[in-house]
Amino acid sequence: MHASVRPALSVNIPPLVTGATTRETSAALSMRMTISKVNFFYGNKQTLFDISMGIATSKVTSLIGPSGCGKSTLLRTLNRMHETVRHARLEGEILLDGQSILTQDVTAHRRRVGMVFQRPNPFPKSIFDNVAYGLRINGSKAPIAEAVEKSLRHAALWDEVKDHLHKSAYELSGGQQQRLCIARALAVEPEVLLLDEPCSALDPISTAKIEELLVQLKDLCTITIVTHNMQQAARVSDFTAFLLTGQLIEFSPTPQLFTTPGDPRTEAYITGRFG
Amino acid sequence: MSPRLRWRKFVSGFMLTMTGACALVAVSVLFFVLGYLVYHGGTSINWNFFTKLPAPVGESGGGLANAILGSAKLLLLASFVGVPIGFFGAIYLAEFSGGTIAFVVRYAADLLNGVPSIVIGIFAYSLVVHPFKHYSTLAGGFALGLMMIPITLRSTEEFLRAVPNALREAAMALGASKWKTIATVIVPAAYRGILTAILLAFARVAGETAPLLFTALGNQFWSPGWEQPTASLPVMIFTYAVAPYDDWHRQAWAAGLVLLGLILVINIVARAILSRGIAVPRT
Repeated sequence: MHASVRPALSVNIPPLVTGATTRETSAALSMRMTISKVNFFYGNKQTLFDISMGIATSKVTSLIGPSGCGKSTLLRTLNRMHETVRHARLEGEILLDGQSILTQDVTAHRRRVGMVFQRPNPFPKSIFDNVAYGLRINGSKAPIAEAVEKSLRHAALWDEVKDHLHKSAYELSGGQQQRLCIARALAVEPEVLLLDEPCSALDPISTAKIEELLVQLKDLCTITIVTHNMQQAARVSDFTAFLLTGQLIEFSPTPQLFTTPGDPRTEAYITGRFG
Repeated sequence: MSPRLRWRKFVSGFMLTMTGACALVAVSVLFFVLGYLVYHGGTSINWNFFTKLPAPVGESGGGLANAILGSAKLLLLASFVGVPIGFFGAIYLAEFSGGTIAFVVRYAADLLNGVPSIVIGIFAYSLVVHPFKHYSTLAGGFALGLMMIPITLRSTEEFLRAVPNALREAAMALGASKWKTIATVIVPAAYRGILTAILLAFARVAGETAPLLFTALGNQFWSPGWEQPTASLPVMIFTYAVAPYDDWHRQAWAAGLVLLGLILVINIVARAILSRGIAVPRT
């Protein structure tokens, strides 16, 4: 590997800006998840190189980078969705609340780390049954109707659907379907919510609604979002990681990354010189 | 008009007429068969046909109630054999198996589908009839069930594969195990297609005669239980049609009409199922 492509800031805890805008101290910042020295392979092809970073509790962390940089792959390792792909192999360690996720029961782990995908993928069931799905398969004893209402409220969808909960989820618009998928993920009360380019198939108004939602959801769970859209990362996230060809180039608080990038490649990317 | 253009126009017109005529022949065969059956069999269909046993030779009247019940019993048994094996085999093929195994199983199913039905009959004869030393409803149902397996298997697999992968991921990301994903998302998303596949397999074997000739054999009387030879509509048609009595010929036509009607109804029901309910949109 070339010396010049080492990550500029290969750190677990992002350095903090000591400006008027950011009042946090590193003592106040705890890490919900920690990724250390992760290498990832599809067959013989390595797609992630020695990635180390932290996902801060109750913050929004975004992963940006050009197509094929490995940001979605990295996201999928966090709830072990990569294991559904044949010949995929992960080296390194990922911790959730200080415990290795790789040795946990995979279904139990996925209940703690939920995921929303690029395209809305509601089940061919009613709106209600979609949100209730996670509770039902986990044999939750909680009253289902209340939990469904709570999740739909958190996803800012309740007012739009409360009068037709038993209609097919496919009768909703694309943006509503994506918020339904967020509600479905929230229903099992995950500690971390992963979003893989959740707005790439949506119109600007639906996108704005989801972005607004993410900022509100921070109090409820830790959020990690992959996005193609740098403005989106700048708008919604507290920390931003920039990946390029499977390497973590820079990981900083979002305002810092976008105003004073520490690596020339980050600067080239955010100013639109490639990608 | 140049000779060349005239020739082209002639070829175009000729081909259009020819293809149209072939299409017309294809559909008219069905209507011709249907019309013929109604013409010859329609008059013999009455209440007695559905409720009475066959009358002895020389007496008029009587019905084929035993053959109707026999066919129903045979098809019930066939479904018990064919549907679970085809259905669960398809789940394995679509959701679990790797490339090589899936290829082998799929290829074998296609071959089994192409095996002449008389050969299936011989197979069932040597496996069930011969060891038990007598013909039976069981043996007939077994033979028909074997024929249902490949049809159910292949079409169920197709419908399972058509379920978008995004739904599998959605369920697994919520903490569903593979089996839970299949039982609560994949099969419900594909159930209309699967049900249609099963009905079509059912309709296909409902009219099979050859596998029944030396398994269920045939019977002029009721067949109590499962271990005796039984009458069935297709075999009854065969026996009655080749017999030298006009009365029997009429009964055979009527049985043919009933059988065709049954298969048409199943087909229409299958299509109706396929066109309603929540469908998964293609992405």
